[in-house]
Amino acid sequence: MTGRIERSLTYGILALFAVISLTPVVGVLSSAFGRQSSLDTGFSLPDGLNWGNFADAWTRGHFGTYLTNSVLVALVVVVATSVLAVLAAYAFGVMRFPGSDLLFYLFVLGLTLPQEALVVPLYFDLRYWELTDTYWALILPQTAQSLAFGVFWMRTYFRNSSRSVIEAARIDGATSWATLWRILVPMGRPALSTMVVIVFMWTWNEFLMALVMVSDEAHRTVPLGLAFFQGQHSSDTALLAAASVLIALPVVVVYVALQRRFIEGMLTGAVKE
Amino acid sequence: MSTAPTTEGQARPLGAHPEGDGGSDTNRRRGRTMRDIAARYRRQAPGEPRAVGYLYVLPALVLYALFLLVPLGQTVWLSFLHWDGLTVATWAGLDNYQGLLTDPSLRGPFLHALVLLLFYAALPVALGLLLASALSRFRVRGTTFFRTVFFLPQVLAMVVVGVAWRSILAPDGLLNDALKSVGLESLTRSWLGDYTWALPAVGAVGTWVETGLCVVLFLAGTQRIPRELYEAARMDGAGALREFFAVTLPGLRAEIAVALTLTIVAGLRNFDLIYITTSGGPGNATSVPAYEVYHRAFETNEVGSAAAMGVGLTVMIFVLTVGVARLVEGRNR
Repeated sequence: MTGRIERSLTYGILALFAVISLTPVVGVLSSAFGRQSSLDTGFSLPDGLNWGNFADAWTRGHFGTYLTNSVLVALVVVVATSVLAVLAAYAFGVMRFPGSDLLFYLFVLGLTLPQEALVVPLYFDLRYWELTDTYWALILPQTAQSLAFGVFWMRTYFRNSSRSVIEAARIDGATSWATLWRILVPMGRPALSTMVVIVFMWTWNEFLMALVMVSDEAHRTVPLGLAFFQGQHSSDTALLAAASVLIALPVVVVYVALQRRFIEGMLTGAVKE
Repeated sequence: MSTAPTTEGQARPLGAHPEGDGGSDTNRRRGRTMRDIAARYRRQAPGEPRAVGYLYVLPALVLYALFLLVPLGQTVWLSFLHWDGLTVATWAGLDNYQGLLTDPSLRGPFLHALVLLLFYAALPVALGLLLASALSRFRVRGTTFFRTVFFLPQVLAMVVVGVAWRSILAPDGLLNDALKSVGLESLTRSWLGDYTWALPAVGAVGTWVETGLCVVLFLAGTQRIPRELYEAARMDGAGALREFFAVTLPGLRAEIAVALTLTIVAGLRNFDLIYITTSGGPGNATSVPAYEVYHRAFETNEVGSAAAMGVGLTVMIFVLTVGVARLVEGRNR
């Protein structure tokens, strides 16, 4: 008896929390598909699916351009971070050399370092090198910041990878380079894909650096586009919502497909030694 | 293995596992190859000191140094200057830091950040514990679904979260509509435009974002607590409350530390949300260090003061996260 009451109470609490989690999301979805003129920002089931808002956001809001920029930046950051982090983490994970601990802790430092502590001089440096308002201004700082997580995360993988496999490769005469790319990287695909989705999400959602580094419209990424869009059309709820959906969708799709990787990566990234 | 050929003896201390059986000591050719392998192995053993390690680290380190370590140092340097970003900077000494302690418009953001931490860290951890302890009492179906839903706010761009909540908290938004529909019209207000309520309203968004993370962490944690502990507690006649304090809370210590670390860092790095929802307003009611760094450096041209703010924020994050780690370790001993 008490068991059953407790059980339904628990499911009730769970459902309540789920509803609270989803309400803003559903709200955005409903206004994105709603009618554009409607001033009601609250909940009203839209009368049918209006795809027009998305077309409007795409053309009037220039979200086509912004999405292209975001894809380009995210792609380069993810590839660069992966390659550089794998190389460095391999050395930290399986080799010993003087100063390796100190160097590794320098990378770990970046895990909790706020962007706000870097953005001011970064802006003046990149402006001096005439890199502001270019893709480089978005890619280079973001890659450096992603490396902190990438190196930390991949080092854990290399540390835990089987010693006997590495030793067997050595005995077969494989160089350290071949051992890494032919054996450890293919074996480490789960760890790698976790890092890739996390870095992709961070880069895709990144806002402060983009806001500071980019002033021309041609290089705006989607979060920046949405912020400017809100400044200009703050009353146009339907368009804002449609643009929000366009931004969130790629990450949410990957998240739903690979939620374990996301959760694992985001929760263990903070666990320092 | 006990009859391994003597030529292999050298490789032993390094932990080599020579292939084949140990009875091949009569085969001289094989003995020679083993010796060659052992020599090569000794030269390149993975755990051995190897200068090549530097080459692997170098590309990442160069980029990391140029775009993270050097700017960090420059921020510290800038914090000792008076500079408007255009003309020649002058030495300020500790002026900017003194300002952080004495000037109310510089001290205020740090106080706001502390208030926001109640919403970003304390409340989500408390709610997460509540939910996790309710769920620890029996097996729940559909955990994957609930986990996916609870964690969803974590993957949304904060810009999107800000836009969504701005419309909910707007004067004609969902929250006021809901209050009106239950007859609490007197409570409706412009949540983000109200001097008293703007900070808690922004905080509530933080609670919404971070609670799911805590729940997911604690759910995984309670699953690792041995069932026998709960059974033993129940045998001793412990109620739900005693069970929570005697079993669940101590069992989740590591997860609580991780949750606090993540939520504190998120709560202090909250530029995106503040910029989108309130821009620090009304007045300075919701200004936080993360926002003030941007505001001062790029809008009011007080670069030195902005840099000092950035350093202050960094110190605050490190002190709080180290404090959390200490607290947990201390109780562990």
